[in-house]
Amino acid sequence: MIRLEGVTRRFRSAAGERTALDGVDLEVARGEVFGVVGRSGAGKSTLIRTINLLERPDAGRVFVGEREMTALGPADLRAARRRIGMIFQHFNLLDAKTVAENVAFPLRLEGRLAAEVRTRTAELLERVGLVEHAKKHPAQLSGGQKQRVGIARALACGPDVLLSDEATSALDPETTDEILGLLDQLNRELGLTVVLITHQMEVVRRVCDRVAVMADGRVVEMGATADVFLHPEHAVTRSMIAETDALDGLDETPPQGTRRLRLTFRGATTYGPELSQVARETGVDVAILSGRIARIRGEPYGQMLVSMSGGNADAAVARLTERGVAVEAV
Amino acid sequence: MFANVAWDEIGRATLDTLMMLGGSLSLTILFGVPLGVLLYLSGRGRLTANPVLNAMLSLIVNVLRSIPFIILLIVMLPVTVLLVGTSLGVLGAIPPLVAGAAPFYARLVETALREVDKGVVEATQAMGGTTWQIVTRALLPEAMPGLIAGATVTAIALVSYTAMAGVVGAGGLGDLAIRFGYQRFQTDVMVVTVVLLLIMVQGLQMLGDWLVGRVSHR
Repeated sequence: MIRLEGVTRRFRSAAGERTALDGVDLEVARGEVFGVVGRSGAGKSTLIRTINLLERPDAGRVFVGEREMTALGPADLRAARRRIGMIFQHFNLLDAKTVAENVAFPLRLEGRLAAEVRTRTAELLERVGLVEHAKKHPAQLSGGQKQRVGIARALACGPDVLLSDEATSALDPETTDEILGLLDQLNRELGLTVVLITHQMEVVRRVCDRVAVMADGRVVEMGATADVFLHPEHAVTRSMIAETDALDGLDETPPQGTRRLRLTFRGATTYGPELSQVARETGVDVAILSGRIARIRGEPYGQMLVSMSGGNADAAVARLTERGVAVEAV
Repeated sequence: MFANVAWDEIGRATLDTLMMLGGSLSLTILFGVPLGVLLYLSGRGRLTANPVLNAMLSLIVNVLRSIPFIILLIVMLPVTVLLVGTSLGVLGAIPPLVAGAAPFYARLVETALREVDKGVVEATQAMGGTTWQIVTRALLPEAMPGLIAGATVTAIALVSYTAMAGVVGAGGLGDLAIRFGYQRFQTDVMVVTVVLLLIMVQGLQMLGDWLVGRVSHR
């Protein structure tokens, strides 16, 4: 659905030249929710803006659907942009217009008939649950409601792709969850392809099918969200996950004769009795140092740090692995 | 008390001033808005940045703004005659008034546009809007409170300009104040004209504030 090939973008300023994107290759499949994470300045904002060419790359090509965006003339580019919705961190609503007028805005820009605009606007307001706020102005709404207006507006022209530029970063955790729930629902019900950039790992964990991690203008790690989260390879990924997912107890050296292991359970094994069964069978003693059981994009997982002593530790590791638990020595 | 005051003269002069104000303000807005939009669009960092055009427009605006209005009135005389056939009366006053006020208003328009959140421009662009649509459907409506506040400031400046235009035979309250109030020492005429100008300015400010309140939804 979306393909970036060797996309490079440099910014020149008085301070010199800075490479925001350095030969990024990326492919997003139709109907998937794709996350891009990274620390501020990693280039993720520039990356998402190259998809609808708000930022024109200095080198490389951008494809959305069948179109090569980087090869389009101005009129074709505008037509292509109408098929790509976008939502923003600061909502970017028009203050002078009402909620309904904001939602109708892209339809009017496209020159749709008044009657069509009215029915479509009503439909969109219904979908995002803002019918009773139609006549209000954005200043009268809460952050979450403003973002709902933004989402309705982005959907107005029936796009195939939704770009989300830090859309939940200005919202409180509860509202963030609500907005993510809405994005998730739109993805499932409309088959909308969503690309979202964020610095919040929780957002990725909650809604993304796949994720790319960016650092210094490059994609340093990419894969299914659960794989990247549970077995991060790049240092940046590890540190970003560590902030939200601290596995404590790593500081002290383990006493003689104990092994320190990280166990990762996924899917059905998450709620199963694997650990206690294996402990009984092999006679090992297990102390849980830290752990977490949660979901990534709906799939349950558990990850814990344990110290194992006594019994037959090698057999315990082998049996856990047999039962689908990933075991890593720490 | 108001022995020297010929009220029919005052009435005519008030009407003349209002006509000068109305005519010049409409034309000032008519020329000032597009000029301000061009200044904004050609400015640095804009999508449509055009340094050469921007420098040229800036120069014209700055030159016109730096000439004191009383000098502009005189310098403009031949141009005025060419444009409207006379340099006298209400009609003769309008070209110099517009030449003096339009560049001033254009700067205020530019400032008002700059204050519009650039995210709004970006969002409109992302929706596939043309530059024309971005200006007419997003920028100008969003900047409306600033545009009206600027027009109010300009209208008040124009009131004092019309008084000066009295010097070159434009008529109006300023003309009356100079010829009777000042040159003939008729203080009562001076007081009446000044009070009328004051009421006009006050009225314009109140109207402007009210309109800004109506269009402002921040």
